[in-house]
Amino acid sequence: MLDKNGIAKRIAKEVKDGYYVNLGIGIPTLVANFVRDDIDVEFQSENGILGMGPFPFEGEEDADLINAGKQTITALPGASFFDSATSFAMIRGRHVDLTILGAMEVSENGDIANWKIPGKMVKGMGGAMDLVASASTIIVAMMHTNRAGESKLLKRCALPLTGVGCVTKIVTNLAVIEVTERGFLLKERAPGVSVEEIQKVTEGKLVFEGKVPEMEV
Amino acid sequence: MIKKTVDSVQKALEGVKDGMTFMLGGFGLCGIPENAIAELVRLNIKDITCISNNAGVDDFGLGQLLQKHQIKKMIASYVGENKEFERQMLSGEMEVELTPQGTLAQKCQAAQGGFPAFYTPAGYGTEVAEGKETREFNGKMYVLEEAFKADFSFVKAWKGDEAGNLIFKGTARNFNPCMCGSANITVAEVEELVPAGELDPNQIHIPGIFVQRIFQGRDYEKRIEQRTVRERK
Repeated sequence: MLDKNGIAKRIAKEVKDGYYVNLGIGIPTLVANFVRDDIDVEFQSENGILGMGPFPFEGEEDADLINAGKQTITALPGASFFDSATSFAMIRGRHVDLTILGAMEVSENGDIANWKIPGKMVKGMGGAMDLVASASTIIVAMMHTNRAGESKLLKRCALPLTGVGCVTKIVTNLAVIEVTERGFLLKERAPGVSVEEIQKVTEGKLVFEGKVPEMEV
Repeated sequence: MIKKTVDSVQKALEGVKDGMTFMLGGFGLCGIPENAIAELVRLNIKDITCISNNAGVDDFGLGQLLQKHQIKKMIASYVGENKEFERQMLSGEMEVELTPQGTLAQKCQAAQGGFPAFYTPAGYGTEVAEGKETREFNGKMYVLEEAFKADFSFVKAWKGDEAGNLIFKGTARNFNPCMCGSANITVAEVEELVPAGELDPNQIHIPGIFVQRIFQGRDYEKRIEQRTVRERK
């Protein structure tokens, strides 16, 4: 079974040379720590920066330089700043190659719910609806089950949707799964986790072909 | 040169009234029009509709207007940093229209550029699209979203000149340029106001035609929400 860093590490392998990548808040943010350093990748933050760098050294924080999680950041050589409309033109216009974000629920047809729990959590969708409606490749990073131990990979999402039929891949603490017309296609198992164990906590239709390999992290 | 300078925040906000709709720039507390917000609090204008990406924190930014119950309706994309906001929304004291962030930016941009509406894929198939016209283009579904209409835009820039030309800094740019010229009157506050001719025309982010009033801001707090640092090795 993987921890949050393990999930991030596995997703980092999906980041290819020349990609512009938007990382959501939470586990997705950790992905930046594991991207190979022999490839060229630029991170976009939807509040208006391409070429986002690591956190600043203490004493060098700049109130005018933050990411979408409102954290102080730095700008790498080659970075650029832009307004919010331009930022979402990059996203909507599919100039950003890969979006990685968290989710509360994903359904077997690729619907995603991650912005609202009616009557409980009403923080807003931020840029998530624009991102999932637009990106060509959307990878969800999340735990396989919620705190109550219930599956987050469902036949149909119960929570209000963020987007429909948009998720292409899911990486959880237990598995790497592709969303296909046949349902959740199990591609890889986390180290030490069996297909049966994954099946048990996947409510939506899980399919696999032959022997499912253990993932290399 | 058409001069846009006013010498005080009071003059800059002349004409604001109860019940008006305001656009306010900023992302979180980054690039918010601190002076204009403070003046709105002092004037105690009521029943405001605010269009802003976020709602500040409990004691700063738009949170100050919330504390005094000045906001009737809030149009934003993310309001998670503000407990008082959540309370007023859940109790029904305040009306809230949560809007996808890119749609919010484009509704401002559309108003600036004279587009009454536009199609976006964001929110299709979700509750955001309920009651809205949808249409298929090239096999993909889109939602029709209308441009905002507002009485005032309050924006914050890094530098500006007498002609109302603006230059922004870092990610404090965010929604500010999109809101310039998107309301009947755009009020820009700047950290540094300079005479016409001092800014390089090649470097202007927003031409002065989109700005009706500009003033030298003061006492900027520029509060940081999440101070994240790394260790020196």
